[in-house]
Amino acid sequence: MNERYDAVAETIRIEGTRILATLIRTVGNVQLAEDAVQEAALAALGAWPVTGVPPEPRAWLTVTARRKAIDIIRREQARGTKERDGADLIELTKREVETDDVVQDDLLRLIFTCCHPSLSPPTRVALALRTLCGLSPAQIAGVLLTTEVATTKRLVRARQKIAAARIPYRVPAEAELPERLPAVCAVIHSLYTAGHAPAEGEAAYDVDLCAEAIRLAELLHSLLPVQPTPTAVLALLLLTEARRPARVDDSGEVVTLDLQDRSLWDQDLIGRGVALLNESLERSARQADAYQLQAAIAAEHARVPSYTATDWREIVRLYDLLVEVSPSPAAELARVVAIAEIGDVDRALKLLDEIPPSSRRHAVRGELLARRSRYDEAAVELQQALDTAPPNHPERFHRERRRNHFRDLADLTKT
Amino acid sequence: MAQYLALTYTADVDWWAPEQADELAEYRRFGVEFAEQVKASAVLHPTSTATVVRVEGARGGPVVTTDGPYAETKEALTGYYLIEAEDLEEAVRVAAEIPAAWGGAVEVRPVIVAK
Repeated sequence: MNERYDAVAETIRIEGTRILATLIRTVGNVQLAEDAVQEAALAALGAWPVTGVPPEPRAWLTVTARRKAIDIIRREQARGTKERDGADLIELTKREVETDDVVQDDLLRLIFTCCHPSLSPPTRVALALRTLCGLSPAQIAGVLLTTEVATTKRLVRARQKIAAARIPYRVPAEAELPERLPAVCAVIHSLYTAGHAPAEGEAAYDVDLCAEAIRLAELLHSLLPVQPTPTAVLALLLLTEARRPARVDDSGEVVTLDLQDRSLWDQDLIGRGVALLNESLERSARQADAYQLQAAIAAEHARVPSYTATDWREIVRLYDLLVEVSPSPAAELARVVAIAEIGDVDRALKLLDEIPPSSRRHAVRGELLARRSRYDEAAVELQQALDTAPPNHPERFHRERRRNHFRDLADLTKT
Repeated sequence: MAQYLALTYTADVDWWAPEQADELAEYRRFGVEFAEQVKASAVLHPTSTATVVRVEGARGGPVVTTDGPYAETKEALTGYYLIEAEDLEEAVRVAAEIPAAWGGAVEVRPVIVAK
């Protein structure tokens, strides 16, 4: 029964996004459309586990959501709060379900509205999770490490802004896409990153953010198949996802790349990721963007059978480009690690000084110092890495082990 | 159609000072070019001329006025344009042509239209 209930809930969540996308266009109001879809979903959740899922769940939900929208509009009119012309109501009494083409356009409208540049980045992420993934405010709060009250407030303010400031519900013109797509891609990428590296332990809610991010990336790529950036984002997520089974061991500890069991890597995902990356690179005339470069780095790792077989010169070359087009401390640290892997440890140590301090920088410096047999200092750096990271940092045990190892080596070399 | 108030935040200058003439001319050019969308506008004297009015308690209570409200700030409210536009994207396109957008910042706020 529970499993059946979950399957029903999943169908409703996926179909709900499509229905919501079209309903927002019809009624011209995000809040009203969401309320109507919500009521339809509740009706389905009440009925389907008993009656079974109807043969055409989408049609059932669509018609029910329209009816609920009409009810809500009538209630508003009865209270005299809102004036509304009859056109919406006529549109809502239709029996037909929209064709796939229409729904696809509506989904794109919804994506670009949720990720509109006039909304703050955290608001875009919260809106995407609410309207595109169908998560509840409590679930969103769980994955974004905030409170349900704060999430609800953020969503309410976002809907008010969309309505009051008239953020248009439309797909940007072809010429505007290069300007508007980065915001959309950044939302999808940050969802995946949040799921991939939960800041504190296991997610409190049963939501797989990585899977949600991949679903959105697949959706965006299927809606805009010739755009190179969404293709590269999907490639990057699939190539990263391919390594996920090897990233954590049975006891839940993070396994670093050099120690991962590569037979656990998902070769199907790697194959698809590489194909998508090539497709994306062929379609872009300009210099490679940050997603293409990160995907290329992931593909380079995925290509080789062992850590020792890694072509570090190629990886350094890709990181050089990445740091140029999209500088970030994370990319610069990864570049330093790759430079050390070529054997240029002294240069790597020097470059570290130019990167802003962070817990990860201490950990990297510790590893590099150890390669120069400076074990005392290495152990101190690892201790600093532990001190500056939250106590539930996923690499905590790994770093403790490394610190102890360096202390032992320091003692050994002293005697 | 919707209306937006575009508030300009720039250096707190005296617009009538001779050294502001060139910049003021840029604003005039904007006003002429977007005459169709600009429904009203105003340029303000510097914040040093401002008076803050508060009524203590309720309506009819003692009127308390204070001189210029703010500590020296880098950017101050120096004027506004009332812009008519189809949606936020159009309003932003117009606001991006106001000289304050590159000399300072323009805050675009939707206006509540009474029914």
